Amino acid sequence: MLELALKARRGSFHLEVECRLASDWTVVFGPSGAGKSTLLRLLAGLDKAVRSDAATGKISLDGQVLTETARGVWCKPGRRHTSLVAQQPSLFPHLSIEANVAYGLGSLDSTIRATRVAEMLELVDAMDLIKRRPQDLSGGQAQRIALARALAPGPRLLLLDEPFSALDGIASDALIGRLQTWARVNRVLTVLATHDATDAFSTGAEVALLREGRLVAQGPATEVLQAERERIALRLMST
Amino acid sequence: MDWQAFALTLRLASVTTAILLAVAIPLAALLVLGRSRWLAALEALAALPLVLPPTVLGFFLLVLLGPRTAIGRGIIALLGHPLAFSFDGLVVGSVIYSLPFAVQPLVAGFAAVQPNLVDAARLLGAGPAKIVFTLLVPLARRSLVAAAVLSFLHTVGEFGVVLMLGGDIPGSTRTLSIVLYNQVENFDYAAANRTATILLGLSVVALAALYSKGEKRGSARRA
Repeated sequence: MLELALKARRGSFHLEVECRLASDWTVVFGPSGAGKSTLLRLLAGLDKAVRSDAATGKISLDGQVLTETARGVWCKPGRRHTSLVAQQPSLFPHLSIEANVAYGLGSLDSTIRATRVAEMLELVDAMDLIKRRPQDLSGGQAQRIALARALAPGPRLLLLDEPFSALDGIASDALIGRLQTWARVNRVLTVLATHDATDAFSTGAEVALLREGRLVAQGPATEVLQAERERIALRLMST
Repeated sequence: MDWQAFALTLRLASVTTAILLAVAIPLAALLVLGRSRWLAALEALAALPLVLPPTVLGFFLLVLLGPRTAIGRGIIALLGHPLAFSFDGLVVGSVIYSLPFAVQPLVAGFAAVQPNLVDAARLLGAGPAKIVFTLLVPLARRSLVAAAVLSFLHTVGEFGVVLMLGGDIPGSTRTLSIVLYNQVENFDYAAANRTATILLGLSVVALAALYSKGEKRGSARRA
């Protein structure tokens, strides 16, 4: 279970979110600029905005406190058992795909590491790319590799910030389906940030609706995104 | 041709460059990745030799490393001799004098690495050392070569610090720049010309090698 109570400020933008995410798969839904990426970066420990803010901030995962400003607790990104996959794949350009996926597996035995890399590449259907370089990949292939790299260390919390934007609908659905099964089997809590309502409906996830930095609703997609569903339906009928 | 001074100059430049890279890589990484407000002061301090007259720097080092200060007395007690007027003293002076020539290209190179790559490495559990040596250094290879070449050449050509701190002891502190100064002072222009040509040649060859490793000519215009 992920519990968070955050207040952060970035220039004129204010983020204030307090919620408890108990579902295996949660979609943070909101328009561009709603604060989705800011929220995910804070959860990942990449931004210290919470630390410097006078207001309180607390994040805990399965009872383990990752951030608590009142007590000066801030767990480093690499020690949160948290992975973040962003829209920008951020693959290391000087390393092969194999080395990219293995980057977070430094302490493992080389045989176990190779097996783990192969497993992750199979999961994202990119085993044939193992010897390639990031600059030889398409946008969709790079996003698959970024996902494989994020999953390889075995995170407890997986944060996805619109990571499948370069994949076509069919490929994206297939990948999300495989990822959901993997996350369920491996008991990985997943938070997917998106502005695409179909992601929320297709995954049957719990939805947290974010608007202008505030959490305005939380619950099943059919309830929280009722208005969005009607808007999509109207749009389809008018075509 | 004073081959002893030539060999000493190359030795001094090589040792200085090796030490500078060992110091400048973590320092540049700290300046780029660090968040402390004190880093601006540290960066200014590292850049100070750029604007300080070499003789001024040499004078301060001469005093600092001599028996007049506690640091100097500590070094004498430790080594049994003062650092001033010795090869080791020249190395210390050269490292300080050439520090910005190593740090600044590395800072520029490290700062050019996309922050999202550093974030990705941090999320994958990389600590500062792993980020520096598996990400920043490989991605800023050209800056590393530039730092090494500039540090080497700057040390080869240094004069003021060497004269103030090392004097002119053959085989110990007499470098090519000092030899050239002596030759001119003795009106031996033929020998001075040969020494100056060697110094010039070293610089041109090293810089040509550095720039030939860069992007192919006109690649920016074609892009």
